[in-house]
Formats: sequence, structure tokens, C-alpha cells
Amino acid sequence: MRRIYMSSNNTLLEEKSKAARKSLLKVVHHAGAGHIGGPLSAIDVLTALYFKEMNVEPTNPYKVDRDRFVLSKGHSAIGLYAVLAEKGYLDQKELYTFDSLDSRLQGHPDMKILPGIEMSTGSLGQGISAAVGMALGAKVQDQSFRTYCMIGDGESQEGQVWEAAFIASKYELDNLVVILDYNKLQQYGWVGTNTERAVPNDLVEEKWESFGWNVIRIDGHSFEDILEGFRQAKLVKQKPTILIADTVKGKGISFMENNYLWHSRIPTDEELSLALKELDESGDL
Amino acid sequence: MQASQLKTASMRDSFSETLYQLAVNDPRVFVLDGDLATSTKIEKVAKECPQKFLQMGIAEQNMLSVAAGLATTGLQPWAVTFAAFMSKRALDQIQVQIAQPKLNVKMIGAYSGLLTGVTGKTHQALEDIAIFRSLANMTVLAPADSVETAKMMEWANQYDGPVYIRLARDNYPILFDDSYVFKPNKGVVLNEGTDLTIISTGTATSRALEAAKILKQNNISSAVVHLPSIKPIDQELIIEMAVKTKAIVTVEEHSIYGGLGGAIAEILAANAPTPIEFVGVKDRNSESASNEALLEKYEISTKYIVEAGQRVNLRKNSDFN
Repeated sequence: MRRIYMSSNNTLLEEKSKAARKSLLKVVHHAGAGHIGGPLSAIDVLTALYFKEMNVEPTNPYKVDRDRFVLSKGHSAIGLYAVLAEKGYLDQKELYTFDSLDSRLQGHPDMKILPGIEMSTGSLGQGISAAVGMALGAKVQDQSFRTYCMIGDGESQEGQVWEAAFIASKYELDNLVVILDYNKLQQYGWVGTNTERAVPNDLVEEKWESFGWNVIRIDGHSFEDILEGFRQAKLVKQKPTILIADTVKGKGISFMENNYLWHSRIPTDEELSLALKELDESGDL
Repeated sequence: MQASQLKTASMRDSFSETLYQLAVNDPRVFVLDGDLATSTKIEKVAKECPQKFLQMGIAEQNMLSVAAGLATTGLQPWAVTFAAFMSKRALDQIQVQIAQPKLNVKMIGAYSGLLTGVTGKTHQALEDIAIFRSLANMTVLAPADSVETAKMMEWANQYDGPVYIRLARDNYPILFDDSYVFKPNKGVVLNEGTDLTIISTGTATSRALEAAKILKQNNISSAVVHLPSIKPIDQELIIEMAVKTKAIVTVEEHSIYGGLGGAIAEILAANAPTPIEFVGVKDRNSESASNEALLEKYEISTKYIVEAGQRVNLRKNSDFN
């Protein structure tokens, strides 16, 4: 897998995703709560969506023709908040209200209180269905906006994901792009670490193809791959597209990468300092 | 008039016709089916207005989440399935994506209660009122007849927010005429009385009216209040009737736990403690059988309403009520 931060073509995206990584680490450390591993695997795709792919305006967050994004794996909320803050939907300092009373930054995204959040999620399997509803709503009303949705591989154990997959295909939702954050780990490490206990997670491409989807496999940490995936999705008609994004849980922080214990562990002061240093920050707290 | 002498009509037909009219006339309205269109009769929309009909397959969880997504785009989805599946199978989706964000989704629980066409306990819904009224932002309605069904749906269509309507499968006496105006938060006094008040919801109201007639023959004067809106609920009228008659019987085709009776008990315990008898399905599971057999075995027929009226009338006049 290609290393991130090395490409010269996407400087802005690299800067933004790095900044969002720093923010989410600091916020989770500050709040003493939240997830880290999943947001770190998701954040490059989120950055590409908000800074390159989607038609959105933070100053006009409810404009009718905006593209929609649904974070179906809602527990990666802090990753999304960090990107929304970079984009200008909220102040950096508001990030530090995460998970506290009266905050707009709930542990799981709440569409009613934070502009930019298009659907309340957190109970897994539901967001993709809502995204199907949005894409279907665009179709039947002849509206041109596109709908994007990120799901997790652990989340894909929910049967509702496949109910949604079936309906998206039935209604030929070529205005829908789902990104699978395929980091191959979940909270208790089932997907990739222990083959005896693993939930079957192979043949992912075949599964989605058999549901009638346009399947594109990408490196979920390569901006070239991600943007090319989005570009190719637009070329395919009468089929929804899934980008199967190979990602690394904990991506960007060496001692967090591929360690399921960092699903929702809170870094100590020392760990935070080490992590920030890896992101080229001084590490001073 | 005794309810059994009244003309009956199909609640399903009324529902189907009204939904068809809404779909034709309101560009926002789309109808979502969980592959029960022949049972619920929304096939009329599918056949005559197919562009407004969305087949979601046998996947209720996805159907309700899709409805939420559609609602965010400015549409007004009407999701239709059996009450059992709406209230239990899709509950988490409804809470997280419809009730909490207060999205404009109308949820139809067809085939509610016990009388679901010999389908048995998997298809009966005896918990849906309790479940839906415990959800913040939710409106919970249950019409008594075909006329009220149509009026209620027209109201729901112009209301901005989630609404659950519990419908019945079979034909029921027509209690209202076209001049009837449905108002949420308002009960309807169908019969005046002085000794006790029978409060009912949904199609149980026709049996409540019959029971009042029989009680009158036994020299017990019973008021009958129909509550088509369980949430919001007409607290003022409930308290007024409790204070006036000093005895209450609640009647519902639902579990005695957490439904109409529970809602009324909560209000009266806090405002006007009054003896109450609860007519509803006790703490047990049901089965498939004829309507008459089920009403008897599960103790919700007219006879049981009459007995509850007699009991509460005795209690109100005793020192230990």
C-alpha cells in the first residue's frame, strides 16, 4: 500500500487530512472519550469528499442542490467533525466540546443540531439505507445532487446493509456512491486477527457485484485512487457504485496501526505526544 | 344507537382510497410497500399511480430508513406494513432516524391488535401503542372507523412530523359522518353517562358503545369517550370525566401494559386518582383463531367491558376502591 503524505499532486488534501488527524487525536485525548482507529482509517476519504469531490458550502449548508454525505459508521463521528471543522462548518475550538453536555458534537452524529450532518447515525446498518433514500429522493424528483455514504466492514455484518444494497440496485441508483472503509478490524478484532473467530469478510468484491453494484477497489489512503474512484463512479449508469477502500485502522500513527485495541482507546499524554510527533508536530502538549 | 346495528365499512378500503388521493394530489407523497400491498390494499396506488409507489421488498428496517432519507429531500413518505413489523422489527430505525430527528414520515401499522385474519401471534400487534408512545416526538393515532381513518390521514398529511397510525384489518361499524373533524389531542364523547366512563381507542370503541348500551339496561349509566389520539392525549377530558363519573374503564385491542389504559392511569394517578378497570389483553401470547373466539378467550369482547363496568361501579361505591 502506498504511503500517504508522499504524493505531490494533492498537497491541499494531504495538509487537511493531516490537520484533521491531529485534531481528532487531541480532541479524543481532551474528552477522554471517542474512537481513534476507525476515524484514522476513514479520514483520507472524508477529506477527499469534502475538499474535492462534493458540491457543498459550509456557509450555505442546506442549499437544495448540495451533495449529501452519510457517515453510516457513526462511531467515527470525531473524524467527520474534524474534517467539517477544517472545511469551515464549525470552529476548531468547538471540537473540544465533543461529547460534553449541550455540545453539537455528539458521540454519534446528530443531524438536527450540527449543519453538515445529513443523517443521524450510530446504530449500525442504518445510514446506508438513509443514503439510498436520499439518492432515490433525488431520482424521483429529478434532482442532480449525488449522495455519498461511508460504511464499515464490521458494520457490514448488519443485515440491513444488504437490504439497502438490494434496493439501491433495484432502483438503479447511479447517483449513489458508497465507500467501504475496509480496515479489516473491528472493536474486538474479529475481522482480520483471529481466523478461528473471524466473521466471513472475504469475497467483498464478489458480494457487492452479485447485488448488482459497480465495484471499484481503491487504496483508501491514496488521494489519487480515491478521486479516480469517484470519477469512475460517475461514468457508470444505472448502477450504484461501491468503492472498496483498503484502509488501515489507526492509519498514520505507527503504534496504532492495525491494532484493534485502538478502536476506542484513549491515548495517554505520552502517547498523544508521540502520535503528534509522527504527524510532524512538536508533540508539546 | 347500538353499534351492532350500524352499517359497517372497510377501514382498509378507506385507507387505500385516501392514500391514493393523497398520492395523486400531493407531489410530496410517496408510498412505500413492504410487499404487503394486496393485504394493506395500497395496490391501488401501485396500479393507478405507479410513479408514486416504491416497492421496498420484505425488509422493513431498510424501508423505514429509506423513508427517513426520502424525507430529508423534501418528500413525505408513507411507509406501510403490518403493525407487528412496524413497531418491533423496524423500531430502532424509527427511533434513531425518524423520531429523534422528527422527520416527516407517516407510518401505517396495518393489521394491528388481535384480529389480524387468523395469522396468529407473529402477526398480531399488542404492543405497538406502548412502543410508539414511548418515543419522543411521536404522534400515535388509532381510528375507530373508516370515516375517521380518512380524516385522520388528511390531518397527518398536513402535519409536519412523524405520525404512527394503527389500523384494523376488518370491517367496523361506521360511527362518524362526513361532518366529523379529527383533531389531535381531542377525545370525542360518544355517549353521555353519570356512573362511569368507558374510554376506548381504535376499533375497540364500537364494542365500548355496545357495552354502554348493555350496562344501561342494568341501570348503570356509562359515558363513552373515544380517544383517536393516544399521543398527544386529551388530558383535560380524561380528568374531567374521571372527576364527573368517579370511575373509569379503559378498552383497547392491545396489551394492558403501557397502552391506552397505561396512559390514562398515568394521568389520573397524578391528577385525579380514580378507580380504573383495564380491558385489554393480559400478560400472555395469543394464537390464530376466528375474531369471535379471540375476543372471548383474550377477554376483550363486549361482555368483558360490561363486567369491568360493573366491577368499577362497585369499587367506586366501596370504601376500599
